Amino acid sequence: MSLRGKAAIVGAALAGCGEAHGKSAMEITIEAVHGALADAGIALGEVDAIATCQPLDMLSGLTLAQELGLSPKFTMNNRIGGSSFLSHTLWAAMLLELRLADTVLICYGSNQRTASGKLMTSLGLPTYEAPYRPLFPLSSYALAADRHMTQFGTTREQLADVAVATRAWAQKNPEAFLRDPLKREDVIASRLVSDPLRVRDCCLVTDGGGAIVMRRAETAKDHPNPPVYLLGGGEGTTHRDISEMADLTVTGAVQSGQTAMDMAGVRPAEIDVVQLYDAFTINVILFLEDLGFCRKGEGGAFVADGGIAPGGHLPVNTNGGGLSCVHPGMYGIFTLVEAVRQLRGDAGARQIGGAELALAHGNGGVLSSQVTNILGTEATL
Amino acid sequence: MPGVEKGPGPDAVFAAKLAEGTFEIQKCGGCGTHVFHPRVICPACGGADLGWVTPTGRGTVYARTVVRRKPERGGDYNVVLVDLEEGVRMMSRIDGIAHDRIVAGLKVTASVGEGAEGEPAVVFLPEGGAQ
Ligand SMILES: [Zn+2]
Repeated sequence: MSLRGKAAIVGAALAGCGEAHGKSAMEITIEAVHGALADAGIALGEVDAIATCQPLDMLSGLTLAQELGLSPKFTMNNRIGGSSFLSHTLWAAMLLELRLADTVLICYGSNQRTASGKLMTSLGLPTYEAPYRPLFPLSSYALAADRHMTQFGTTREQLADVAVATRAWAQKNPEAFLRDPLKREDVIASRLVSDPLRVRDCCLVTDGGGAIVMRRAETAKDHPNPPVYLLGGGEGTTHRDISEMADLTVTGAVQSGQTAMDMAGVRPAEIDVVQLYDAFTINVILFLEDLGFCRKGEGGAFVADGGIAPGGHLPVNTNGGGLSCVHPGMYGIFTLVEAVRQLRGDAGARQIGGAELALAHGNGGVLSSQVTNILGTEATL
Repeated sequence: MPGVEKGPGPDAVFAAKLAEGTFEIQKCGGCGTHVFHPRVICPACGGADLGWVTPTGRGTVYARTVVRRKPERGGDYNVVLVDLEEGVRMMSRIDGIAHDRIVAGLKVTASVGEGAEGEPAVVFLPEGGAQ
């Protein structure tokens, strides 16, 4: 038995992206939920399973049920970081296929920008890292970038080109937070925070929320918009703390990607559009390698000189990513919403012509959790 | 429970040793694997026979970053991952060398120094002493 094509995303929406003054995280979340249900043409009362993960509310699944006035059959609150939502889709597909639920809602929201101006987290430094004061989570990614540069000769310019490409996509997205031109020299001249990472290597701090609604494939076409089918999914967890990561140049995306692509029956070369959790520029290089879009160590060359920019050889983070579009603490849900828009043909000036297969990939912790979803149009079933 | 010690757990034992100026790591009596950070069971074989041993203290920098901070807020400091000869890795700081001269592959030696809050912490010096 396979979950391939058994469930579909039938509704998707964003809310409060950028700055959502005077709104709480859960209020932004509920606005996204309202939008996704309207997009799907589904009444709130039809939702019988919910999933969320919020940084500061340990019991956010319960808060969500309460705010929606629902008594769901299943409340999923699994917390594996920003990748959680791409794991929620897999659990949703299982619940739907086993007919334990009929309509699954997955959502997120944060007001971190207007509430605090920085990453809001309930996490403290790990016991065996705290004495050395690494910036959380930035220094962990800086160590990974340093190692990749040492081991493979990845350059400062190649890291910068990830941010430049992402900004070029953001310029095509009216919803993106930062849309002014960004050149390689601008990235390299931006403030050094934790070597080798500079301010423009780092994701934004914004508000924002997103939500999707999933149903079984058999009823997925009874909605206003074309369904986006979940063709495959996989997870990989390798550690919690960066000091426990066996090889800083190889992430759990090797496992999550292979599992997802095996289930979907697709190869990387067949994917039309890619959404990667770009908390930092190094992430994109690591994930492109680990997901099989290029060989290990060649990610720097792959992204260089517009390789993943508009007109490049692979469209990556077409909304402008966490680096330039939106990053409210946990970005995973936004990879899914952008994949849905691309596969529906709703992506406006940034639309990838004829996009049928999309890959969405979430990262949690400090390269700790990796979750991959392969999504496709009806033509890919 | 068979195989599991009474008394404080491995985190507390490690901290108590460190407070006395002693840096020790665990070694599995079952499979011989060295273990850091301190654990209840061996991640290589699952056995609970973890004893304490003194590492050689010799290690190699695996990755490094320098946290950039304004001088009036204390200035820059380095954060490194060091691979010990025993095959375990730990986060630490290298003293006695300019931050920009710390690179992967640098040979270093452990000692018990101070962490950010003055607490006992394992830190490293370049092999052969401060440069
Ligand atoms: Zn063992």
